[in-house]
Amino acid sequence: MNGIEFILANMLAAATPFLLAALGELVVERSGVLNLGIEGIMALGAVIAFIIVYHGGGHAAAFLGAGLAGAGLSFLFGILALGFRANQVAIGLAIGILGQGLSALIGNSYEALTVTGLSKITLPGLSGLPVVGGLFTQDAVVWLSLIATLAVWAMFRFTRLGLVIRAVGENPKAAHAIGYPVIALRHAAILFGGAMAGLAGAYAATVYTPLWADGMIAGRGWIALALVVFGTWMTGRVFFGALLFGAVSLGGLAAQAQGVPLNSQLLSSLPYIVTIVVLGIISSNRRLLKINGVASLGEPYER
Amino acid sequence: MPAPLLSLRGMTKSYGQVRANRGIDLDVAANSIHAILGENGAGKSTLMKLIYGVEEPDEGQVFWQGRPVRLTSPAEARRHGIGMVFQHFSLFETLTVVENISLIVPGAKADLARRIRALGQDFGLEVDPSAHVHSLSVGERQRVEIIRCLMTEPKLLILDEPTSVLPPQSVGLLFDTLRRLRDTGVSILFISHKLDEIQSICDRATVLRAGQVTGNVDPREHDAHELARMMIGRDMPPPLHADARTPGEKRLELAGLDHVEDDPFAVSLHGVSLTVHAGEIVGIAGISGNGQAELARLISGETRLSEGERDEVRMMDQGVAHLGPAERRALGFAFVPEDRLGRGAVPEMSLADNSLLTAHPLGLLRHGFIDRAKEADFTAACIKDFDVRTPGPEAEAGALSGGNLQKFIVGREILLKPKLLFVAQPTWGVDIGAATAIRQRLIAMRNDGVAVLVISEELEELFEICDRIQVLHKGHLSPSLDPRATKPEEIGRHMIGADIPLREAV
Amino acid sequence: MLRLPRLIRRDRASTRMAVLAPVLAVAAAVFVNLVLYLVMGKDPGAVFHAMLLEPFLSWASFSEVLLKTGPLLLIAEGLAIGFRAKVFNIGAEGQFILGAIFASAIPVWFPQATGGWIWPAMLILGAIGGALWAAIPAFWRVRLNANEILVTLMMSLIAAQVLNYLLLGPWKDPKGFNFPQSVMFQYDAMVPILIPGTRVNVSLLLALLSAVLAWAFMQKSFRGYQFLVGGLAPRAAAYAGFSEARAIWLSLLIGGFAAGLAGAAEVAGPIGQLQRSISTGYGYAAIIVAYLGGLHPIGIVASSLLMAVLYIGGDNAMVSADLPVAAVRVFQGSLLVFYLAATTFVRYRLDWGHGTRGAAR
Repeated sequence: MNGIEFILANMLAAATPFLLAALGELVVERSGVLNLGIEGIMALGAVIAFIIVYHGGGHAAAFLGAGLAGAGLSFLFGILALGFRANQVAIGLAIGILGQGLSALIGNSYEALTVTGLSKITLPGLSGLPVVGGLFTQDAVVWLSLIATLAVWAMFRFTRLGLVIRAVGENPKAAHAIGYPVIALRHAAILFGGAMAGLAGAYAATVYTPLWADGMIAGRGWIALALVVFGTWMTGRVFFGALLFGAVSLGGLAAQAQGVPLNSQLLSSLPYIVTIVVLGIISSNRRLLKINGVASLGEPYER
Repeated sequence: MPAPLLSLRGMTKSYGQVRANRGIDLDVAANSIHAILGENGAGKSTLMKLIYGVEEPDEGQVFWQGRPVRLTSPAEARRHGIGMVFQHFSLFETLTVVENISLIVPGAKADLARRIRALGQDFGLEVDPSAHVHSLSVGERQRVEIIRCLMTEPKLLILDEPTSVLPPQSVGLLFDTLRRLRDTGVSILFISHKLDEIQSICDRATVLRAGQVTGNVDPREHDAHELARMMIGRDMPPPLHADARTPGEKRLELAGLDHVEDDPFAVSLHGVSLTVHAGEIVGIAGISGNGQAELARLISGETRLSEGERDEVRMMDQGVAHLGPAERRALGFAFVPEDRLGRGAVPEMSLADNSLLTAHPLGLLRHGFIDRAKEADFTAACIKDFDVRTPGPEAEAGALSGGNLQKFIVGREILLKPKLLFVAQPTWGVDIGAATAIRQRLIAMRNDGVAVLVISEELEELFEICDRIQVLHKGHLSPSLDPRATKPEEIGRHMIGADIPLREAV
Repeated sequence: MLRLPRLIRRDRASTRMAVLAPVLAVAAAVFVNLVLYLVMGKDPGAVFHAMLLEPFLSWASFSEVLLKTGPLLLIAEGLAIGFRAKVFNIGAEGQFILGAIFASAIPVWFPQATGGWIWPAMLILGAIGGALWAAIPAFWRVRLNANEILVTLMMSLIAAQVLNYLLLGPWKDPKGFNFPQSVMFQYDAMVPILIPGTRVNVSLLLALLSAVLAWAFMQKSFRGYQFLVGGLAPRAAAYAGFSEARAIWLSLLIGGFAAGLAGAAEVAGPIGQLQRSISTGYGYAAIIVAYLGGLHPIGIVASSLLMAVLYIGGDNAMVSADLPVAAVRVFQGSLLVFYLAATTFVRYRLDWGHGTRGAAR
């Protein structure tokens, strides 16, 4: 297997934690709320899922548990951000710290243990193709997250729910004035975003690298937040951003395997460096951010 | 006699300490145009929100066609047949017209678009269903709001200050539409503070003052004095008079300024020429949303141009377009922005700390540190000189009423003793007493030789105080007109772009 | 029907609640976490004793509290200046690490050097290192409009890798049995001890001095006022002509400078060499310290002391009550959550009144 084939075969799996978390956060931000606690919510989902799989509960139960845990922690975020009208930046940081602390506490006696991941499902015919064949041999969660991407895209593109979420994010006062329950909708978006982050963590800890270690999310939640900006709040672009990060995190490994002398610390930093560079490039286009951005993002809503 | 379409009994609503509505009774008959008359802060908008279910009353009963109902949400109100056109619109800029409408009217988009066109033709409210709202003018947005209401087939249509976004000649067209609606069986609740409008269109008027009903009359049977007394408790203050004077030297000059904003939703300015001399008041008329905010930021320095464009804006005979607000202020410029909270003042800060915002050069600092005693003295003086009703300098700006905070900000800027004073929307949301006081101050400044520039939506206000008027429309500024020799209709012609090429005017 | 109470905005901020909020938050966090320990099968009484009382019970352990207070106080004062201007530097951890690295350059490169200039030079170099690391997100925000929250966080993750690289490669102690750590620093590279018999050194005085300077800056100076306006109402700051770019640059540079100084003082103090575990999350804990102190320079002195107690008490509880060290992080996180909830009541009060009206219908 050469470098390109290696990257193509594994890119989707590497991208999945980013993609799931970013899709959730995309919906949250579209509704006008900034949840910076994704990293901690992912960590909590990861440890819950790991423990369930470790004790033989199976992956389905693990993902369910992780989704519920993620939704639960994000509900706390919602209560504080919407009910108490706390500063969303501060409360997001607090939830993130709490989530990471809880994951470390819960996972204390599972540190460095491993479990078995998921088997791959191949698309007959396509997976036999040269070079790109690896793309079509993926585990079930990857296939499901591709479906989730399409679903989120279709929701914003075609459904009234998508329209309402955009309206609430642009102008919550007006949405309230014509009768939409702004707070309830935002709570729902936050729960969805938290559940998705929980699933993202579950994938990271039980499928992609099936082991538990404190700090294993390693900034992927923050990169997911950056991905929403890269994608300028558009589903398709967020998807391609996630793929890019999947490829970046594999590219170094592939190069190393080919004998390119790459420093391993540089390799680990690569996703962060790429994040900073791309964030700079996208953000400097203020017009683009303004056109696609969410007008009320992060502002407490008071009627 | 049949039961009224809508009856309110004892409606009461408080926001914190403010009692916005106190025991209000109201009866709206079927097939009528009913006015709610009151000055800013009288509680008109609150009452409408209660009727449309945006807010719930603390106390009171609502009867719809004689039966008691609870209006707990706008959807509930719409189900009964109540529609509302908001003053500041409840449209979403990034969505298209048809998407906006589909938020409250069920149906397929193609079908909705067809109905939008049909209704537009029937009532003279044409608008492109596929246009994005941010690309529409303020008048067009109002049409979208009205169409959206009509598509829910209401029996009662509430219009909150609808004429404030229209040039004088379009007011007549709107009134024609409203009469046609009434004749098809829709009652209209028409909110205004303009006596002449109410007398020309309304069958009935309920007058509010300080949250209470002070009159329930046929407006055609009462003259303006009587209505004014019900509305403000006394006669309208006589119009101010500014004698003609010879203006002095140029204090502000824009010569053909073109400007395109970074913000894709902003209005671009085209060849704006404007001069303000010492000892004159120049007014900029026009409906807001035609470039007022963008022009104001260019003059204030909140929008800065490059060093090479420095002469695009000249103040006190210097190119200043590249300078920031503080540097322009150092030359003798002072500015009252159109939004008080969050721009002209920090709501969470005390009045004393809000003095510091722009008055710090008046010796309120010592070696970079704040001199609290001087700060308090200045604030106390401002409160006294400008009759700001507040517990004292330590009160938070956000707790003041609109009129009192506006008096404070105008006072702060006047105490800076500027050579050039720029006031945007001096009396927006301000009660009549405060508005009169502010206008008198502006005239006094002019008589003292200060150059004064005023942006206002209120044409009457500009006619009262200005020596010259220019009209802003779609980023174009008209030549200067003499209010003493010009009729309001002439200004109105410029407000719809009569003097610019037809292609751009539409 | 059950109806939730509503928040009603107060006419002015309640000073009483501002003081009470951190107290309530601490009480709630203590209660909830003790219940958590009970659920975990630990003896809450023992944990409470080990965590919150023991640090005060002996001079030896209290001096360790003071030792931890220094870096927390220093970093939090720097961060609070930015937070008040709504410049969210959450990368103090990375700036701290860079400070430690810059400071270590002198003893690593000149292990034989002697002289009283060495430790002050290390502190200055460390502060500059922290400021430089913070300058990158400042540039990214001012010039490229990039969100400083994400960039500072990414810079922290990169800083940890830079530290790893140095410790595994060029700066590894050749006689260190291949451990990822630098040489032990020479005597002159150590900050002098302040209280004999303890590890508390002169850097605690620097931290207290930073609190005084921060107080003068934030509460008394016009520049500090400008930062506050920028944080509360950015459009009012633009209207008055207070430069946003300057507030961003200064906030990040001050924050980076303070964090870098703290990092330098840590390697030139209790640790005495550059190693992987130079920071036990000080950079993140300082965010909590800054908020818990109400973003007020004097409040932060109290909250940094409390956080230091939690660190030392957490270590105690690990030993005596078998509490996992992660419990401290949970405590920290819950403390911030409760504090943010409590501060709501500085600006708002609860109104239960409308509930009775709803029930009467």
